[in-house]
Amino acid sequence: MSGLRVLVGCKRVIDYAVKIRVKPDKTGVVTDGVKHSMNPFDEIAMEEAIRLKEKSIASEVIAVSCGPPQCQETLRTAMAMGADKAILVEVDPATYEKVQPLHVAKILAKIAQENKIDLVLLGKQAIDDDCNQTGQMTAALLDWPQATFASKIEKTDGELKVVKEIDGGLETVTVKLPAVATADLRLNEPRYATLPNIMKAKKKPMDKKKPGDYGVEIVPTHKVIKVEDPPTRQAGQKLETVDDLVHKLKDQGLIPS
Amino acid sequence: MTATYIVKTAIISCLRTPLRSGKAFLLQARCLGHAKHLHTSAKRQKSAHVDLTSERYPKLQRGPFATLTDADVTSFERIVSGRVITEPSELDGYNTDWLRTVRGSSKLLLRPKTTEEVAAILSYCHDRGLAVVPQGGNTGLVGGSVPVFDEVIISTHLMNNIISLDEVSGTLVCQAGCVLATLDDHVGQCGLTMPLDLGAKGSCHIGGNLATNAGGVRLLRYGSLHGSVLGIEAVLPSGEVLDCMSTLRKDNTGYDLKQMFIGSEGTLGIITAASILCPQRPSAVSVALLGCKTFQGVLDIFKQTKRQLGEILTAFEFMDTASMELIGENLRLSNPIGASPFYVLIETGGSNQAHDEEKLSGLLEGLMEKGMAADGTLATEMTKIQAIWSLRERLAEALLHDGYCYKYDVSLPLSAFYQLVIDMRQRLEGAATRVVGYGHVGDGNLHLNVTSPEYSQRTMDLIEPFIYDWVAKQKGSISAEHGLGFKKRDFIYHSKSTSAVTLMKQIKNLVDPKGIMNPYKLLPSK
Repeated sequence: MSGLRVLVGCKRVIDYAVKIRVKPDKTGVVTDGVKHSMNPFDEIAMEEAIRLKEKSIASEVIAVSCGPPQCQETLRTAMAMGADKAILVEVDPATYEKVQPLHVAKILAKIAQENKIDLVLLGKQAIDDDCNQTGQMTAALLDWPQATFASKIEKTDGELKVVKEIDGGLETVTVKLPAVATADLRLNEPRYATLPNIMKAKKKPMDKKKPGDYGVEIVPTHKVIKVEDPPTRQAGQKLETVDDLVHKLKDQGLIPS
Repeated sequence: MTATYIVKTAIISCLRTPLRSGKAFLLQARCLGHAKHLHTSAKRQKSAHVDLTSERYPKLQRGPFATLTDADVTSFERIVSGRVITEPSELDGYNTDWLRTVRGSSKLLLRPKTTEEVAAILSYCHDRGLAVVPQGGNTGLVGGSVPVFDEVIISTHLMNNIISLDEVSGTLVCQAGCVLATLDDHVGQCGLTMPLDLGAKGSCHIGGNLATNAGGVRLLRYGSLHGSVLGIEAVLPSGEVLDCMSTLRKDNTGYDLKQMFIGSEGTLGIITAASILCPQRPSAVSVALLGCKTFQGVLDIFKQTKRQLGEILTAFEFMDTASMELIGENLRLSNPIGASPFYVLIETGGSNQAHDEEKLSGLLEGLMEKGMAADGTLATEMTKIQAIWSLRERLAEALLHDGYCYKYDVSLPLSAFYQLVIDMRQRLEGAATRVVGYGHVGDGNLHLNVTSPEYSQRTMDLIEPFIYDWVAKQKGSISAEHGLGFKKRDFIYHSKSTSAVTLMKQIKNLVDPKGIMNPYKLLPSK
């Protein structure tokens, strides 16, 4: 059997080191002029795909991103890491605000079918909306088995053995290929793209598509009512002595007086 | 091992609720040991005993100062009520330097909030003949900010008011106890940046930065504090307030007295406030890490980098392979590129990401093609930029894990720059755990560090005065940016002429006739 064809989702999100600011009208967060990077869990998925290729388990790794034109940078990063080619499903910034996991899942499913993909590898969730839905929905749409929250992936004959961290221990599942898998934090530590690979990535092919090309119309299925800052933590109080502390706790009724 | 514990907690909590915010989890799991934690984590690292300075240096004589009495404490209680600390366990951290190499035996810590309180304290100490030591974040590297004997410690911790920020001129006015990182965050909100940046930014105070004329990684771009400080307010040893708080860029009216306080290491008075010119914060930052085979290769890259990056270059740092091994072994930070004898870190900061990236990739492509760089990576994402910077910025912390660190910070002509590390390594064969070289190669500033499991007089005798003689022969400076403090004051003549030191002594006598301001520091003992 020839190597697997792997499709990896690479979402462009606000860099996790950036302090998030909510828009004054509470419709979302400020994204203009804010540093973006690849969703860290997608980066882990990409790393895993490249490792599969290095072990000759995978034959081709395709990176895909749905979003505004700037997603090209994210895809170049993916190709600098080692993806062979990329597909940008371009959505204009205004429409992008309406894109939800179901739309992305439909697009990914279609691309997977068109490209004869054996394994769709995604991050378990994106750090911007924390939806944790796209992988599961993609599997459902394709009617493929799913292995989510992978912390270890092994290929056995025609099957994938995936270990995931659950309450109280580890769970091992095996799925038949083709399948969808999503990456958890400890699956691997993503590499830094080296300079020669960054340069090579500039010459790798990138297809530009529209959601319409995959028969997907961006109509939101649910509505965001409002986005708010988390409540600010009340400042603590410094007490001079243990007696003060005991007193205070008694006053608050936290210990019997 | 606090850090490990936190990681475990984070992992467990994430396991419980796999759907909790991915961002929050990543921040928790990956940002540990960020510069902000540097200070505390290193302190907690070892509770090993630090010798009293007076015991380690038995020839040292206490100056003719008064000894603290209960009546003094009562008087201070009147000046800074509730902010007089005499509890020995609380004083311990203030008596010991960050490197855990010197320890004083002060019985008193004062925490003033205002210039008036500082003036009242100094006036009292002056009358009584009590010696004092000013202290900021206590991140100094030459034993300059801790007492040698029983000097009264005056901490700027509570003098942390940001007074004003003029967004048009970029002038920041603040009290001396503001933490550098806090100031940088504050001016960052207006699109400005502090003109200096250093590894200890999460703990160090701006007053201490000024008093030691701190350098750091951005000096290459923004120049020294002598240029960016517009005004200083200081309290003289007599208690008199010296107001040089100009906010003007140009002011040629007589001697520029504030300059004297920059780099005075607390020997002329206590800086209480300053006005600082803040440059525009670059909106686009990129960092490249390159590997190269020889030190000459580092210099060739530097030349080429200046030519091609010119105005957007913010930092050019180098570290040798021993430094990379150190950070890997002691802090478990991994090297993102292949092993090389030398590494170069280049940072650019500009106003247009696309332009800067184009310039930077042009440079990098050229370096790779010509074989000047053996390997490398380029980061434009904040997370990766921080990760690469921590390889360089956390070296000082990594060194402490070896035990005792003999720290040297010298300026050298670039032609002789790395030879010093090679010579020292040869000389210390078998007498040191490691000898590492890194630093601000763009400024001709080498950080040479030697470690051993504990303080060894034999190792010390092999290093000093050999290293200072070596540097003097090359017409270098024995202290590029750390100052002289307690540990290097007797080597001042290696870098300054007799006439210069004589004038320094005269100035000191004029400003501080009783010698109560940070005694045993900066000026030579003889």
